[in-house]
Amino acid sequence: MPNVLTANRLEDGVVVYLGNSGEWVHDLIAATVAENEASLAILEKIAGKSVAGRHVVGVYAIDVDLSNGKPSPKSVREKIRAAHRQTFKDLTELEIS
Amino acid sequence: MYRYDEFDRTFLADRNREFRTQVARRLAGELTEDEFKPLRLMNGLYLQLHAYMLRIAIPYGAITSRQLRQLGYIARRWDKGFGHWTTRQNIQFNWIKLVDVPDILEALAEVDMHAIQTSGNCIRNVTSDPFAGAAADEIEDPRIWAEVVRQWSTNHPEFTYLPRKFKFAVTGSLQDRAAIAFHDIGIRIVGGPNGTKGFRIFVGGGQGRSPYVAQEMKEFLPQQDLLAYLEAMLRIYNLHGRRDNLYKARIKILVNALGVDEYRRQVEVEWQRTRTEGADLPADEVERIRAHFRAPALADRPADFAALAAARSNDPEFDRWLRRNIFPHRHPDYAIAAIAFKEPGRPPGDATAEEMERVADAADRYSRGDLRVTYTQNLVLPHVARADLIDLYHELKEAGLTGGTPGLVTDVIACPGLDYCNLANARSIPIAQAITDRFADPQRAEEIGDLRLNISGCINACGHHHVGHIGILGVDKKGTEHYQITLGGEAGDDASIGTILGPSFPAEDVPSAIENIVGTYLASRTDGEAFLATYRRIGARPFKEALYAKR
Ligand code: SF4
Repeated sequence: MPNVLTANRLEDGVVVYLGNSGEWVHDLIAATVAENEASLAILEKIAGKSVAGRHVVGVYAIDVDLSNGKPSPKSVREKIRAAHRQTFKDLTELEIS
Repeated sequence: MYRYDEFDRTFLADRNREFRTQVARRLAGELTEDEFKPLRLMNGLYLQLHAYMLRIAIPYGAITSRQLRQLGYIARRWDKGFGHWTTRQNIQFNWIKLVDVPDILEALAEVDMHAIQTSGNCIRNVTSDPFAGAAADEIEDPRIWAEVVRQWSTNHPEFTYLPRKFKFAVTGSLQDRAAIAFHDIGIRIVGGPNGTKGFRIFVGGGQGRSPYVAQEMKEFLPQQDLLAYLEAMLRIYNLHGRRDNLYKARIKILVNALGVDEYRRQVEVEWQRTRTEGADLPADEVERIRAHFRAPALADRPADFAALAAARSNDPEFDRWLRRNIFPHRHPDYAIAAIAFKEPGRPPGDATAEEMERVADAADRYSRGDLRVTYTQNLVLPHVARADLIDLYHELKEAGLTGGTPGLVTDVIACPGLDYCNLANARSIPIAQAITDRFADPQRAEEIGDLRLNISGCINACGHHHVGHIGILGVDKKGTEHYQITLGGEAGDDASIGTILGPSFPAEDVPSAIENIVGTYLASRTDGEAFLATYRRIGARPFKEALYAKR
């Protein structure tokens, strides 16, 4: 905790996050943050419907850091996913620490 | 080059139609992800970090210019404009949309390509010598037998659900350029009695979590016995393989648990029992396949040695390219030319759509439209007239494709790592880029000499770190990317597995650590001694002392 739910969009595999009104968003900043187990459970229920509705696959919760006022991923793996970046030609555009 | 017949084309069209329906059913909700996943994997489609990844088979690494151009088209139309040569001589596209896959498979089928057997617990794409059919030291073209194995294994009902994936490599030359010692079954074509040819068979090699060098299974197997014998080998594995434990399911574990002698004994019994049942191909069928690989008629094309010598002395880059990227062909007027997708800073093995098209054009002009993918993630033009080398060089240079040099420290093998792969602990690509930038001076890299440096983002070892002279393995150390270094691995003849040098390094320290290791080598080598030879002579200790002294 705090957590955000992430998944891949079924039709194209793009990384998405569960947003405020049950929609899946591309930008982690627009994701809904669950600060406790109860709100995470609510998000998981919404996500379950999206899986059944074939919008996304592979839902899981990630740990985020809120210290600069917006969610940012804690693990390198999730930083890379959130950046939606390709490695070829534009690698230097983005430093991931 | 093997050409599809009507049977092959109909099979592929049926298979693609079937998968199109499966994708539609998945999108319509008639299949759950659990139901769909094994179906998509059978068609080479993985879901990775950012997107679907499609792995396309390039049987034994042989590809035509027409096929390469089509891969360029796929990269441009359905991916982000580039693809990635893999260490199994395949290509992966990393940014694929599920909804596009049926169209992509159709585009592949137009040029007799597919993504079958690039995933799952089946017999995977058979790998081979990228110099096949051209090498000066070749006994017989290994593609003939790689194709025999491919046809036998495709959709083989008994071997579609093996305990684990299964990898074959075939080589037909004196020098092993196919890493046969690190395959489940490695096949080496050898001469037999009275001018016959046969196979020396190896079993139980592999990398991953438990690396093993393959052991000799049979010293000489006559050619006509190949398939029945392989079938017996697979059958004993299928019978005893550990389906209960993912980490113990590969044949290398079984062979080491039973002992190779006992495994061989059981295989021989099974082989004697079943060899008359007809798995082996009739001689005329082998001849039919052999005919596809008949050596091209290469006209004599004596090179203008004066012109070559002048070009060499005027242009040190061309001189280096001739020294390092050109290999002997069996026809003295011809050469094998390597294009290394490895200039410093490039993600190893990545090629853009335009580069694929430019190389395809060069292959048409200079290499009879014939190309090979190497397991070191490069391409090879197998039949270039020496008289054309200057022109080829200039054409490749204009395409930005002469900056990579095979076999030097910058010719890094790297898996996609944590930039793409769901199983990764750490990134491989930026480490490769940082190291190749560090050794970017080509003159210095050449002074260092032959040095294979391989990087994997996790213990699955797709980046062959176990067999790098220097190997780098990404590990997760309390949530941060760390890298463990091994020394002394070798994939070819005289194969060996690298030994871990000591504690791991954070990413930012890896280039200096490599520099340090290279420094120890340079200070210790005798005249003309390559890195691996020095390491084998002096052992790990001096490297260890120099590397960890400051820590
Ligand atoms: S070695 Fe690991 S990280 Fe690299 S591609 Fe293979 S599974 Fe992925």
